[in-house]
Amino acid sequence: MGTTTAIRTKTYVGERIRRKEDPRLITGTATYVDDIQMPGMHHASIVRSPHAAARIKGIDAKRALETPGVVAVFTGADVKEVGPVPCGASLPGLRVPQHSILARDRVYFVGHPVAVVVATDRYVARDAVDLVEVDYEPLPAVADPERALEPGAPAVHPEWPDNVAFTYHQEGGDVNKAFAGAEVVVKQRITSQRLIPTAMETRGVVADWRAGDKALTLYSSTQIPHLLRTLVAMMLGLAENRLRVVAPEVGGGFGSKLNVYAEEALMGFVAMRIGKPVKWIESRRENFAATIHGRGHVDYFELAANKDGTILGLKLKLIQDLGAYHQLLTPAIPTLSVLMIPGVYRFQNVFCDIVGVFTNCVPTDAYRGAGRPEATHGIERMVDILADELKIDAAEIRRKNFVRPDEFPFATATGLSYDSGNYAAPLDKALEIVDYNRLLEEQQQARKEGRLVGVGISTYGEICAFGPSPATPAGGWESGSVNIDPTGKVTVATGASPHGQGEETTFAQIAADELGIDIDDVVVVHGDTAIVSYGIGTFGSRATAVGGTAVYFALQELKKKIGTFGAMLLDSGDVSYRAGRCICNKTGKSVSLSEIAAASYRAMKLPPNTEPGLVSTCFWEPPNFTFPFGAHIAVTEIDRETGAVSVKRYVAVDDCGKIINPLLVDGQVHGGVVQGLGQALFEQAVYDETGQLVTGELMDYAVPKATMVPWIESSHTETPSPVNPLGVKGVGEAGTIGASPAIVNSVVDALSHLGVQHLDMPLTPERVWRTLQQHGGQA
Amino acid sequence: MPRVKSLHVNGRAHRLDVDAGRSLLSVLREELELTGAKYGCGEGQCGACTVLVDGVAVRSCVTHAGAVAGKRITTIEGLEQNGRLHPLQEAFLATDALQCGYCTPGMIMAGAALLRKKPDPSEAEIVAGLNGNICRCGTYPRIVQAVRLAAKAGGGRARD
Repeated sequence: MGTTTAIRTKTYVGERIRRKEDPRLITGTATYVDDIQMPGMHHASIVRSPHAAARIKGIDAKRALETPGVVAVFTGADVKEVGPVPCGASLPGLRVPQHSILARDRVYFVGHPVAVVVATDRYVARDAVDLVEVDYEPLPAVADPERALEPGAPAVHPEWPDNVAFTYHQEGGDVNKAFAGAEVVVKQRITSQRLIPTAMETRGVVADWRAGDKALTLYSSTQIPHLLRTLVAMMLGLAENRLRVVAPEVGGGFGSKLNVYAEEALMGFVAMRIGKPVKWIESRRENFAATIHGRGHVDYFELAANKDGTILGLKLKLIQDLGAYHQLLTPAIPTLSVLMIPGVYRFQNVFCDIVGVFTNCVPTDAYRGAGRPEATHGIERMVDILADELKIDAAEIRRKNFVRPDEFPFATATGLSYDSGNYAAPLDKALEIVDYNRLLEEQQQARKEGRLVGVGISTYGEICAFGPSPATPAGGWESGSVNIDPTGKVTVATGASPHGQGEETTFAQIAADELGIDIDDVVVVHGDTAIVSYGIGTFGSRATAVGGTAVYFALQELKKKIGTFGAMLLDSGDVSYRAGRCICNKTGKSVSLSEIAAASYRAMKLPPNTEPGLVSTCFWEPPNFTFPFGAHIAVTEIDRETGAVSVKRYVAVDDCGKIINPLLVDGQVHGGVVQGLGQALFEQAVYDETGQLVTGELMDYAVPKATMVPWIESSHTETPSPVNPLGVKGVGEAGTIGASPAIVNSVVDALSHLGVQHLDMPLTPERVWRTLQQHGGQA
Repeated sequence: MPRVKSLHVNGRAHRLDVDAGRSLLSVLREELELTGAKYGCGEGQCGACTVLVDGVAVRSCVTHAGAVAGKRITTIEGLEQNGRLHPLQEAFLATDALQCGYCTPGMIMAGAALLRKKPDPSEAEIVAGLNGNICRCGTYPRIVQAVRLAAKAGGGRARD
């Protein structure tokens, strides 16, 4: 037996391993949807409504069809057999509008797809869009959710004049008793504005119909290739095994590609009709108008407490701007907010009402954090307002109310079981990093000098690793397959299709450690329904905690089989496996993984009751969610002249359970914080009263750029999750969830001595400057 | 409309025949099969399409092919020299200054142009130099690190 392979003792998990994805990305050789070319490929461009609400009286495509190169125009009348755009969320009494892939007789928001032009050339298709004449009769529209609830407001859907899509109630404990016995009650209206996800790669689809095989392949920039396959197959009336979905390189999603869009089914329809491959690439303006938005909350909070700062109970009336339709998870997002409304605190009395409201706007849905940033922003603002009212230090009041380390697993008033935690640990660490007491002294000194300096704390908790299937709309498990080739090289296939998170690296780390082999001998594949048997996807900070665990369990099965083959080859009943070799514990003889793999496929001799080959698949069902947490501190200074906020320091201490790769975890924290900062300071999707999207392009919508972002000091505590054997919790959304309250608390703190108690996001210079004027704090 | 019959891209002349008014981005991607430069907005607002023209960063989505005929164009595909990555590409690897990677080619080209102009830029100069490029994954802190690292490695002297 050969013993040439060196014993490998180092492990990869926990190390700053460079990403396997990066070489193709830094050389411009990665393949995104728009990089796909096919012989005979046609191009589609979409006619969209310029009105927020209108009746379609007629469509005349004659001039478009006369344009050389245009091969077809399809309208709502042509796609009647295509099923509706699906909503995967179900709530009692939910009103679900019929959502055709092209408008029938009415349009409901600016950007609503009305017709599709197909041409041999991309630019011909785009130009011919302007030649499709749609006769609209404009109707009154409503874009503001509170206005939509007023009597007499225009009805988005005529069949439901009150614009209410659903109401939802959640309570725990006895909130009336808590409020009756409280020494202090603070109230505040808090908004989480509409945001535009703005993945740098817009959506795009290539559809390839092979009539001879009756088979359709859809290349789509999606986070959920398998769910997309199931749902688009249903929409198109195709047998699911005749549809293959490929998510090639995906240029960011942030939730916006956790969806099934009209255009995805529409391109399948077009390809089947014209018998040629067809490509559609969304323009940035379409992306802003017709890809889901995020957030869109108006929240009325009441918090009851004792004078010592002990929180007793919370009431919330939550108004969710849904937009005109339900996309895949639209109505479910605010239910996540109420689930997480207690945050990291012990109080057991909660009373929440949600009103889901239709507006003449593009639908809202999951955007990085999806419901949890809204909850965290609300509770963390309310805790600061309470602290201000009671003149208690912001760190102190949090510590007083934290769930204590010995209370885990902790049952919340909203029915969750927090898995593990030590909430004071990241707070203490963050306070130490910023040197809190000195910072407060410096702030006092700055005030004496007339400068406006604020210190803001947020201690967030989030729900991640979606999730147990009974609590997740489409199943919450994930698949992992491990395939060892006859030569001993390893392929891991995951159903958690990533789009920038780096799972090709982290899952390879897990596999390399378990098999004791070099990480370069592991390849991770994903994003193709023809390669991965089934899967759910990457969203909700779930990929490593659920998908990584599935890979881990597949590896355990495989290791058993490796041991069985090893024992046979070594003719021993007492073997162990380490560092890529199976070793006889008596003789010390060993065989390498490559030798075992070769023997398993050659199958000259098989161990009893053992199949040839080394392949294992696990569909792992998580027993619970995971609950990461952390503490973020922002130090800000306001320019009195302009109202501009500058973030002087940003410290993030996150606990995402066990860390597989600190390099990637810190990257996720950076990115999350930047997006949270974007919401806190800059971003807002604005519809005017008539439902026109005023922020329709990057000129008008302020995505953070390099000059707008501070250095982020990232640190961690590690509290393993008991939910999975890796001990991981998830980190993709943490930064977004922690950041907005830290920054807003900081800015309000900077103004608190002037009597400012609250400011709604975004804290633009104008908003802050006006506040300063109103509170006599002008320069 | 006049035609453009030749473009000098990544060190060599490419014969083609395109409308001079077409965007350089679409010519690179669709005629020359250089898909490294990306469409992000088509309006010069995001920087995903950044390439170098005579060593200066330009937005290829709002640059007409006719405006760059006869000039030296460098795309992300042409940054590697003799099988060696540009120091800024190496620095992006070392700092993991990317996530989804879509803005990365444009970001690297903007950084390479900055280093040509300022071989040893200050942090403020780096931040200002990259301010036309959006990274929605929010990797700015590491991109700044990467440019500093590349500057130390002599990235400003690299040919393009």
